[in-house]
Amino acid sequence: MTRTVHLSLEINGKTRELDVEPRVTLLDALREHLELTGTKKGCDQGQCGACTVHVDGKRVLSCLTLAAQVEGRQIATIEGLAAENGDLHPVQAAFLEHDAFQCGYCTPGQIMSAVACIREGHAGSDEEIREYMAGNLCRCGAYNSIVAAVREAAEAA
Amino acid sequence: MRDFSYSRATSADQARQAAIQSGAMLLAGGTTLLDLAKCGVFEPEAVIDITHLPGFSDIEMDAAGARIGALAKMGEVADHPAIRANFPAVSESLLLAASAQLRNMATVGGNLLQRTRCPYFRDPATFPACNKRSPGSGCSAIGGVTRNHAVLGTSEACIASYPGDLAVALVAFDASVDLGGRTVLADEFFLTPGDRPDRDTVIEPGEMIAGIVIPASPAAKNSTYLKVRDRQSYEFAAASAAVGLELEEDGRTVRDIRVALGGVATKPWRARAVEQALVGKALDAASVEKASRLAMEGAVSHGANRYKIELAPRVVARAILQMGGLA
Repeated sequence: MTRTVHLSLEINGKTRELDVEPRVTLLDALREHLELTGTKKGCDQGQCGACTVHVDGKRVLSCLTLAAQVEGRQIATIEGLAAENGDLHPVQAAFLEHDAFQCGYCTPGQIMSAVACIREGHAGSDEEIREYMAGNLCRCGAYNSIVAAVREAAEAA
Repeated sequence: MRDFSYSRATSADQARQAAIQSGAMLLAGGTTLLDLAKCGVFEPEAVIDITHLPGFSDIEMDAAGARIGALAKMGEVADHPAIRANFPAVSESLLLAASAQLRNMATVGGNLLQRTRCPYFRDPATFPACNKRSPGSGCSAIGGVTRNHAVLGTSEACIASYPGDLAVALVAFDASVDLGGRTVLADEFFLTPGDRPDRDTVIEPGEMIAGIVIPASPAAKNSTYLKVRDRQSYEFAAASAAVGLELEEDGRTVRDIRVALGGVATKPWRARAVEQALVGKALDAASVEKASRLAMEGAVSHGANRYKIELAPRVVARAILQMGGLA
């Protein structure tokens, strides 16, 4: 027997309704039920950071979060980062400027993590950026450009 | 991941009652529960979300020490001014653990209950034998790849290491775990495997961690957590040490010293022999290095983890010398 729960989630400032099995993670709810495929599934086990989103302004891993857990919280994904008119968020623009990716698969998670990292005040030096961005792996090895992009966005913030 | 029911606990008593039911598990940060459910290690039928219980996230500090609610997040505790000022090793142990994202999710109560990272434990599909997962089924790690398995506190049934960092600092400073109805010293909360490796702690069905109590002390105030690992960040310890040091007025004689080890034992490992060898003595590099070797009394290696027996005393010695201003 499949049981489902009805959820009302606040995502990027909009209320979204969905019916899912209780075991469905926030990551799968976004990608498979709400057509928000910007958030990526890498390891699906909390080890790579590709699925990073913000819940109540804090960066978390959506693969280890149940959708049912975050009812009533404010969820922000990569799709909500740019302005309504299409202007990129300064961190997105810095990633483009510094070519801070190769294949691009980890990039939404890197950017969501970087936005939070700067907001937390943990982007004061390259060393600090490397430590506080350690939860986002890039298998192409674009780390030098990622650090440069985060540093520039932090300096401009 | 097998499907389960989801409900939110309305009170601590209701959560404890619900958790007694067969197949029920409490959900806090979810970083262990969902990870191990995806591995097929946990197969809960009912998941009870306790994160909305009021009053379990507070961090309080007075002259006697700190009380940290079980649902406080790792990141909040690490950055709390009173914890940083009075228990640097506790703050550092948290900051050197996991990633910023995981520290925003995981609670300190759940952190204590995290399970071993033994790859055989985590992979039931490939390795059916695991005494920690299925008592009596055998141990796939013994004779296997053991680079990160324990050298202290092992048994013939299990050599899995305790992976956490926070608990190492807690054990060093005589912290206690508040289980609601009773309070247990952190050192006694964790169990060595013996012939029951399925039991990591003394927690009983129907019990829930309510909070952590850490007594204030000069040694805790002058403390550090040194973690050595295979990569710079976001990795479990190859060997780690929580060290606190209080010196006499002469600035070199040891009045009080606390030493606990991580990454090398089946539970957070207090090294009392090292402490006893140094208390009342004047600190110098030679005596610290000699005393630090006592941390490995009784150590047994299983092949590839042999390096820990050499590494761990050096980590202990470096941490002590740093705190004594000698390194």
